Amino acid sequence: MHAVDHLKEAERLMTVCNSCRYCEGLCAVFPAMELRRDFADADLNYLANLCHGCGACYVDCQFSPPHEFNVNVPQTLAKVRADSYRTYAWPKAFQPMFDRNGTAIAVVTAISVAAFILGFALWHDPAVLTSDSGQFYRLMPHNVMAGLFSAISLYALLAIIMGFRAFWKDIGASSVSAGSGLTLWQATKDAAGLRYLDGGGVGCYNKDEKPTDNRRLFHHLTFYGFMLCFAATTTGTIYHYVFDWPAPYGWTELPKLFGIPGGIGLVIGPAGLMYAKLKRHPDMLDPARFGMDTAFLAMMFMTGLTGLALVLVRETPAMGVTLAIHLGVVFALFATMPYGKFVHGFYRFGALALYAAERKADRPATPAGKP
Amino acid sequence: MQVPPNEVDVLVIGGGNAALCAAIAARRGGASVLIVEAAPKFYRGGNTRHTRNMRCAHDAATDHLTGPYGEDEFWDDLYRVTEGHTDEDLARYMIAQSKDILPWIAQQGVRFQPSLGGTLSLGRTNSFFLGGGRAMLNALYLTAERLGVKVIYDAPVVSLDIHNGVFRSATLRTNGTDYTVRAKSLVAAAGGFEANIEWLKEGWGEPADNFLIRGTPYNRGDVLKILLDNGVLPIGDPTQCHAVAIDARAPKFDGGIITRLDCVVFGIVVNRNAERFYNEGEDFWPKRYAIWGRLVAAQPGQIAYIVFDAKSLRMFMPSLFPPVQANSLAELALKLDLPADSFLKTVTEFNAAVRPGTFDHTELDDCRTEGLALQKSHWARRIDQAPFYAYPVRPGITFTYLGTRVDRDARMQMANGGKAENMFAAGEIMAGNVLGRGYAAGIGMTIGSVFGRIAGERAAQNARG
Repeated sequence: MHAVDHLKEAERLMTVCNSCRYCEGLCAVFPAMELRRDFADADLNYLANLCHGCGACYVDCQFSPPHEFNVNVPQTLAKVRADSYRTYAWPKAFQPMFDRNGTAIAVVTAISVAAFILGFALWHDPAVLTSDSGQFYRLMPHNVMAGLFSAISLYALLAIIMGFRAFWKDIGASSVSAGSGLTLWQATKDAAGLRYLDGGGVGCYNKDEKPTDNRRLFHHLTFYGFMLCFAATTTGTIYHYVFDWPAPYGWTELPKLFGIPGGIGLVIGPAGLMYAKLKRHPDMLDPARFGMDTAFLAMMFMTGLTGLALVLVRETPAMGVTLAIHLGVVFALFATMPYGKFVHGFYRFGALALYAAERKADRPATPAGKP
Repeated sequence: MQVPPNEVDVLVIGGGNAALCAAIAARRGGASVLIVEAAPKFYRGGNTRHTRNMRCAHDAATDHLTGPYGEDEFWDDLYRVTEGHTDEDLARYMIAQSKDILPWIAQQGVRFQPSLGGTLSLGRTNSFFLGGGRAMLNALYLTAERLGVKVIYDAPVVSLDIHNGVFRSATLRTNGTDYTVRAKSLVAAAGGFEANIEWLKEGWGEPADNFLIRGTPYNRGDVLKILLDNGVLPIGDPTQCHAVAIDARAPKFDGGIITRLDCVVFGIVVNRNAERFYNEGEDFWPKRYAIWGRLVAAQPGQIAYIVFDAKSLRMFMPSLFPPVQANSLAELALKLDLPADSFLKTVTEFNAAVRPGTFDHTELDDCRTEGLALQKSHWARRIDQAPFYAYPVRPGITFTYLGTRVDRDARMQMANGGKAENMFAAGEIMAGNVLGRGYAAGIGMTIGSVFGRIAGERAAQNARG
């Protein structure tokens, strides 16, 4: 019936939960489940990506372990969710990247950082690495830097879009017009506010049955930190090409105004999420994906940290090596984006859009393979 | 390791809704409070873990209630379900108090939501807990612990020191050690004895071995027994319990809500001999589900089979186990281990007796049988469309009625006529005062919260002199 055991277990749980329904007020997963009586792989992938892992259904469930019914929705859906990233990844040849994701990303990052250091050293006199000129583009001409990063981010975008399309088609999103403007707007609001990472209103659960709202806060810091950093890079590029106004920029210029708070968010947010992960009740963790989650948080953290470090050491001899590390990390971040935890945001958004559409249509989507 | 204090103001025995409401009220009343719960932490709360709503009177619609539910209407409902087996004074007092309990319980951190999917009929009368009964319990425990109430799990009470209606101390057993705790007041909120099969046998005989218990194995009634042995006045029929028909494949204990089956009205129900034994279409299911546990308990082997066909499969709430499925009635009989000839005869006779009508499960429709010794008076449709389905069912025991007699103060009454000096009771252990028979959804929680709060307040007043 189902491709893997995680999907089988998810189907068993959805049958249990559909007979109970006590959790239907906690989040979007259970109302979406109630629209269905049987669950194809695509249905389960949709529900798994709709789940934010807030943990409320676990601590509220009278049948969670050690009960013999062994109902553990957050953990099971986390496993299905992680498997779904692999299933939909494009191109297929890169799907095994998800199997030992932490190691894979660490290797790509190490190679990338080494390549930048070596590149700088070979391109110029190795002494340039330790000069204190404060001029990034002496190490790497701006056009080369922009070209390289445009290429890798366009590739990441293409791969993510292809994966998302496969997901969107598989879950039958168009059967209930999930791509309509109103639906997408609803999904944008729900995603931007992390509406369903609130344990049904009191804050998500992590360590035990006492609610905290920390994970939502740290996720906001991470996400909005990333967006600010992205905005900083984009405005910098516009300044350069449109206004012919090259870096460095002053403290009151937009790239700095975006970049510094963004970098701080990218340092605190992932560190907080990592701390929460270490404190999380083991029943709700997916130990097999610890590497993937950790690698993602580490990449975000390193991006923020090395970015902030560059601001501090720019006019010192440490600038060259720091820039190489920063660019190496960012390059690796983009290169591995379609093949790591980063994609969760896209699938989550797609699932939220489908949920909004199902609510509006008051019927379930028809997945691609379902009669 | 958990070591109980030697002495507290108020000792609360039990860990469910009534116990927590009592503990919180007593603590807010200025008393030091210890809760001793027989179950380990995961199973704390007895039947409360499996509840989902409470029935409280209210004057107007709210965010989660669709309309008003007045005290008189509540009383009429209670009188009807108990067939008059209730203490009117106490019941009306509880109903009046239930109006205040809804905001009170919300102040203790419990959150509500509109009625769940599939329970529209309760949307006006019953307040549903967001996340269900265990979520409600978690909120109450959190509040109690914040207030400084101490809780000890896995600590069944083995004896009580009671003299002439005066409670002095309780001995509890935890980690293999007995501890004696003195207290100025006792609140007994330790539930009924539905998980105590030996006790059930006193009323039901050997058939009780085939009963399934819907709640935890910790509802053994030990505290109730000790109290009655120490001269507390009993109330309620000692031989009776609330029983519904649940999936026979459910575990012996704690199968909870998901083993219930709502499909009796869509088919026929036969016993081990493949004979029908009751009118399946007598009335709407919410008005009849509570009699089927008793009906099945009276059948040989305490087992029965709900049989229906493809037409009805999607017409009721899903449940944990899939139905037994077969492509012919003969195959179904084989799978159910029923005498095939008798089974085919029963279904054939039933099918032949079905009169034409317009099927509508939302009203008392005109689909009925004619000419059978035992008719099906509504929703009768021929069982003729493969695949055919069946659910095996057994009696599922929810709660027991025997308890301790109390007054408006939740104070226990003594068999020799007086009142207990410092002993109070709340919840299922005294539900029989109000609910002598039958059941109405959510009323057990109302009894628990209202009398729990009263018991806690009085126990604190008592302790502080």
